[in-house]
Amino acid sequence: MKSLSEIEITAKRASKAAGFSWGISEEIGKCIRLLELFSLPGIKHLNSYYKDKKKKIFENLSLVKEKNLPYSKHYCPVLLGISFLDQIRTIESYKKIHFSSIAYPILFLPFLSRCSEIIGKKIQIEFDQKKILLNLNVNIYTSFIDKEFPKYANNTEIRFIENKDNFTDEEWNSLYKLSENTFVEETDSLKEGAAGAGLTDND
Amino acid sequence: MKVELRDPNIIMKLSRLGSFHQSKLSFLRSFLNEFKDWEYSRDLFNLDKNGYGEVVYSFRKEKRIYSLVCFANEIKDEERSDRVIATKWDAAFTLHDGVPKRDDIERLKNEVPKQEIGRLSFKELTLSRANKSVRLFNHVIEKLSKGKQPDLGLLSKVGYLYRTTAVYGSGKFGLADRFRIKNRKEINGPFRLEMMLVYLVRQFTFDQVNHIAYYKNPKKAVKLDKKICKNLGIGNSTGLGMAPFIVNHPTLLNNWILSREKALKKIREIKIVKEEDSNLFIQCVKKSLINITSWNTDSEYQLNKIKNLLKDVKKFIYFIDNKFDFEIQYPFNQIYQWLEKEVCEECIEYVVSIMMEPFNNITESLVKQMSSDEDKYFNIPSHRTIEELRSIINNKYPNILEINFEKKESNQNFWFISKNKEEPRLADRYDENGSELEQPLAIARDIKKLYEKLLTTKNNITIAEFLNKNSDFRHVVRRVFIVEKFPYSEIQDNTISKNLIPIDMLRLKLSFFGALKFDPRSDKWLRICMFQGAPLPNELKNYDEQWIYKSSL
Repeated sequence: MKSLSEIEITAKRASKAAGFSWGISEEIGKCIRLLELFSLPGIKHLNSYYKDKKKKIFENLSLVKEKNLPYSKHYCPVLLGISFLDQIRTIESYKKIHFSSIAYPILFLPFLSRCSEIIGKKIQIEFDQKKILLNLNVNIYTSFIDKEFPKYANNTEIRFIENKDNFTDEEWNSLYKLSENTFVEETDSLKEGAAGAGLTDND
Repeated sequence: MKVELRDPNIIMKLSRLGSFHQSKLSFLRSFLNEFKDWEYSRDLFNLDKNGYGEVVYSFRKEKRIYSLVCFANEIKDEERSDRVIATKWDAAFTLHDGVPKRDDIERLKNEVPKQEIGRLSFKELTLSRANKSVRLFNHVIEKLSKGKQPDLGLLSKVGYLYRTTAVYGSGKFGLADRFRIKNRKEINGPFRLEMMLVYLVRQFTFDQVNHIAYYKNPKKAVKLDKKICKNLGIGNSTGLGMAPFIVNHPTLLNNWILSREKALKKIREIKIVKEEDSNLFIQCVKKSLINITSWNTDSEYQLNKIKNLLKDVKKFIYFIDNKFDFEIQYPFNQIYQWLEKEVCEECIEYVVSIMMEPFNNITESLVKQMSSDEDKYFNIPSHRTIEELRSIINNKYPNILEINFEKKESNQNFWFISKNKEEPRLADRYDENGSELEQPLAIARDIKKLYEKLLTTKNNITIAEFLNKNSDFRHVVRRVFIVEKFPYSEIQDNTISKNLIPIDMLRLKLSFFGALKFDPRSDKWLRICMFQGAPLPNELKNYDEQWIYKSSL
């Protein structure tokens, strides 16, 4: 089994050899490490992407807008990821972000995962009727786990999920009521002595 | 009185970093302190009469067990080499997490002796190999087998029976990644398990010579005297592999140096020093002279450094004995100011290290601040502006900005990774091929290039906008924002200059390991000694903390 440290360093060096700058290669190394840590096939797709990259041109996106259409065919997942990461403070104000086509979308996911940690919000990405949840860089929740990730993602939509409870008030109150059974009803004597402060502490 | 931390533009120069010495903050001393109440045992000793076979040692506490698995092999004299190009070694070692089962030992027997071309698993934590000191090993066995102790003069010239030639950890060759162990309560700082491996290897060297001597002459053989064992360490031969580490781990480097600087600052701020503390300090300085006078090297560069160090330490002792009164206020501040004026860099850092000896109350908390959660500082704050970036460079890299990279000698060298051994190397850019594959370790040059680019870039554009068009600068932009928060994270020198002495970079790291007796074999590799004078494993429960100044052969 390869260690995550070997995965990161090899992905970084391979990325430099594939034509990226050292700084971007460092980012890719971290991202592939993250995918493999979450049991997603980062090495496999990076390899495949670099083979494709020799034959095809993938597009950069300098400025991420609400709707993004590549001039040619597909956005490069790495350069898109870097733009997203660098512009995350600006683009988090958008409700939805749309990309018509992203190559090797799995390689874009760890960048989104890191963005989720930076802004402190969960991020949802949806393509081909599949949803993936990036959860503050703690995990990547996906139904792709036993399925092949597509090479291209069409009509991708990204949403920033506002921080809110995952449950109803009713569910919370019910559980809270149950937790109250661990509390002790205070008698007058307990009220007087158990808290530490006296009854005249507002003098 | 408030003392300022020392200026990184002075401390982070390579000549200063290359003058650092071990201290109470060094990892091997922290390791001994943290593992002193662990149970040590020799669990397997399966060597043939020539000393070849397997041995297992362990440290255990409650449910945690670390086991050193040793494999001693026969190699021909001509196959023995300390250089990284070697493929066979006298012995190979791995630190296994837990108790190795028979299957594990069989698996490791196939992999550990192969070192870089073998594969380890997440159950192994560190990996190493070592060669016998040919000068000593046979002599010691010969003497012991005749019922005599070895020649102390010869022992003191070398200081160890074996030299390790690499110690690997943190995920190399399939070893466990650091994240798997970093939250263990016994791991208080960096390189603890590497230190454990080296420490147990030292014990293996004693057990092996005793064993071979016994089988050579069972009737007459004696064991190596325990006092001699204690005063032998374990050697290490180190090349350029270590140098990029300190560039590639800026926040970690900062935390090592910052801990040292904080210790010095706090010691200088002590108003009244207790007599027992000043006595301990003076005693350590005086006793330490033996570490200088027994420091052997053929390197003219190092001999000169040792000569100056010895001269200046003697000058300092004269000053302390005759012209200094510890009853004045802030005595260590006075001492530091005297050192700055009167002695060489090497002596300043030597005495700074010894100043920490009486002050466990200062060093103990700092020992725990020497790791770093590096990923936390990896993201570039891309919403910030070029004006801010330029201002940080102006403040943090003033000397780097003065380097003229138009000059050939400023660009003389380049760092690369060797295809044959996947190890870092340094070569002359103008004589050798391969500079187009240069590693990103020329930080000074790249910072200067970035700065020049920024001079023609508008103040108010964001880092995100800048990087979008200038991705070649991404690695140094990241570093600038790191050095803003971590002042000692950057070497303030040119790491590709013609005048670069690479062993300065190695010495910095080795001093934090706790190494003694740096012995440069060229400008790119050196030998050192570790654990010389350290308590033996069965003496750990009660040992003299200042053992490092009291070794004598």
